[in-house]
Amino acid sequence: MSLISVRGLGKRYGDAEVVRGLNLDIHAGECFGLLGPNGAGKTTTLKMLLGLVAPDSGSIDILGEPVPLRGREARIRIGVVPQMDNLDPDFSVAENLLVYGRYFGISDALIRSRIPALLEFAGLVSKANVKITTLSGGMKRRLTLARALINDPELIVLDEPTTGLDPQARHVIWQGLRRLIAQGKTILLTTHFMEEAERLCDRLVILDHGAAIAAGSPREMIATEIEPSVVEIYGEGVAEWGRTHGKAMCARHEITGETLFCYTHDCAELLAQLHAQSSLRYLHRPSNLEDVFLKFTGRELRDS
Amino acid sequence: MMATTLLEHFAPPRLSLRFIPVWRRNFLVWKKLAGSSILGNLADPMLYMLGFGYGLGSLMPEVGGARYITFLAAGTICYSTMNSATFEVLYSGFSRMHVQKTWDAILNAPLNLDDVMLAELVWGASKSLLSGLAILAVIWAMGLQQSWLLSLWVLPVVILIGLTFSAMGLVMTALSPSYDFFMYYFTLVITPMVLLCGVFYPVDRLPGFLQIASAWLPLSHAIDLVRPLILGHIPAHIAGHVAALVAWGLLSYWLALGFTRRRLLT
Repeated sequence: MSLISVRGLGKRYGDAEVVRGLNLDIHAGECFGLLGPNGAGKTTTLKMLLGLVAPDSGSIDILGEPVPLRGREARIRIGVVPQMDNLDPDFSVAENLLVYGRYFGISDALIRSRIPALLEFAGLVSKANVKITTLSGGMKRRLTLARALINDPELIVLDEPTTGLDPQARHVIWQGLRRLIAQGKTILLTTHFMEEAERLCDRLVILDHGAAIAAGSPREMIATEIEPSVVEIYGEGVAEWGRTHGKAMCARHEITGETLFCYTHDCAELLAQLHAQSSLRYLHRPSNLEDVFLKFTGRELRDS
Repeated sequence: MMATTLLEHFAPPRLSLRFIPVWRRNFLVWKKLAGSSILGNLADPMLYMLGFGYGLGSLMPEVGGARYITFLAAGTICYSTMNSATFEVLYSGFSRMHVQKTWDAILNAPLNLDDVMLAELVWGASKSLLSGLAILAVIWAMGLQQSWLLSLWVLPVVILIGLTFSAMGLVMTALSPSYDFFMYYFTLVITPMVLLCGVFYPVDRLPGFLQIASAWLPLSHAIDLVRPLILGHIPAHIAGHVAALVAWGLLSYWLALGFTRRRLLT
């Protein structure tokens, strides 16, 4: 059964079409990823799903509520982790949870009974009475995640939950999200970290220029959308090598700067050829979600 | 398309009691910072009132049929209430909306922008009530009021003044790109209003055309209600003054809400 059902969603700002004819079906209990380069329409899509921005076209149904019409009723059952931290700097860790819980109309007694478990979940038990300004970036993110759980939501929406975190902090967030998935929560997240999507998401959709350009489970997308192995070749003369050997030995190849990415079904011959010469260095690896992503969205910078 | 969006943004306010947790949030912050807040908001106007009231007052005969300090104290109630409401919704409101992104966090909960704006309006008025009340307390302590009963009527008027000036300030907050923008409002609106509306001297001492301008300004109506109550008589044209403050407040709140919806909901 679909927890979120989106049909023909569209949004434009002036001349820019930010979201174009998007369809989504997200099932209860799954972790669903919205992937895309900067400016692909991920955040706008989330804001429309939460009823914060009115779509120009299409329909949204979340947890049985038509949005934006009944956005308030939907949000009572949703937890949101925004892209930018917006914890209250004047409050302690525990006060942030208390004040946020009140926005949901939850009684102080019930909120206070939930706080210890949330602090434990966020690894902030010893920080309960500490001011927000003294927390590290990772701790703030964990608290923001805990804050999103104050209403015991059925659906958790996260906008780039680990952007700006160091690898240690990122792994802790992933661990937390996996615990929530194991508890049966439904998760919708946006990210441009392919590793994050590959580790967490049951299914995902790749957005570019506001439209869905590919969808599926990470494993199935890697299996069907791209050649199974990649050889990255770098060094002087790599462009020349690409012209002479690339076509013959790679199913598909791309050059970015000094590096040539060679996608193949069978790389034995290619590796033998590379092994026999000494001017180019190379790395052979199985293809991953990032390769799929780059195949669909290209390698140009998105600075918009 | 454009027209419908404009109509949606400037649709009437949707009122709901959900604003109360946001008000409580602001109150909790205030409680933590109350020390410096009280000093800044309350002590400052009090010192001016006492300094000018005694200093200048000793040079003057009666003003408007009362000692100058009494005349000035009544004006100071309005001035202080206006300032307090204005500062709160401008600087603190802008910080909550734009700098700290507190509103963004609140809007992800089951609250609407209308709830947040209503909370700002009521919160601005609450803080300014405290400022007005502090001046009133000094007046009571010094026995400047001519009638206890009439001076108590100042309190509901102060609440109305706070709501009106909070609403007016919220228009600026909605339009402001940065804190610097607020200087225009103080220099071009608040300061002229203080000088035109009879806080420090009777309006009838101004040239005729300035008296006409003064009659339109909300602070004049506030002072025309509060000063008689302190001086011990029932104000003239009560309904007219109240209506003027309500009109300024409602029109401003409607504009502020529309501009804020346009700013944050697109």
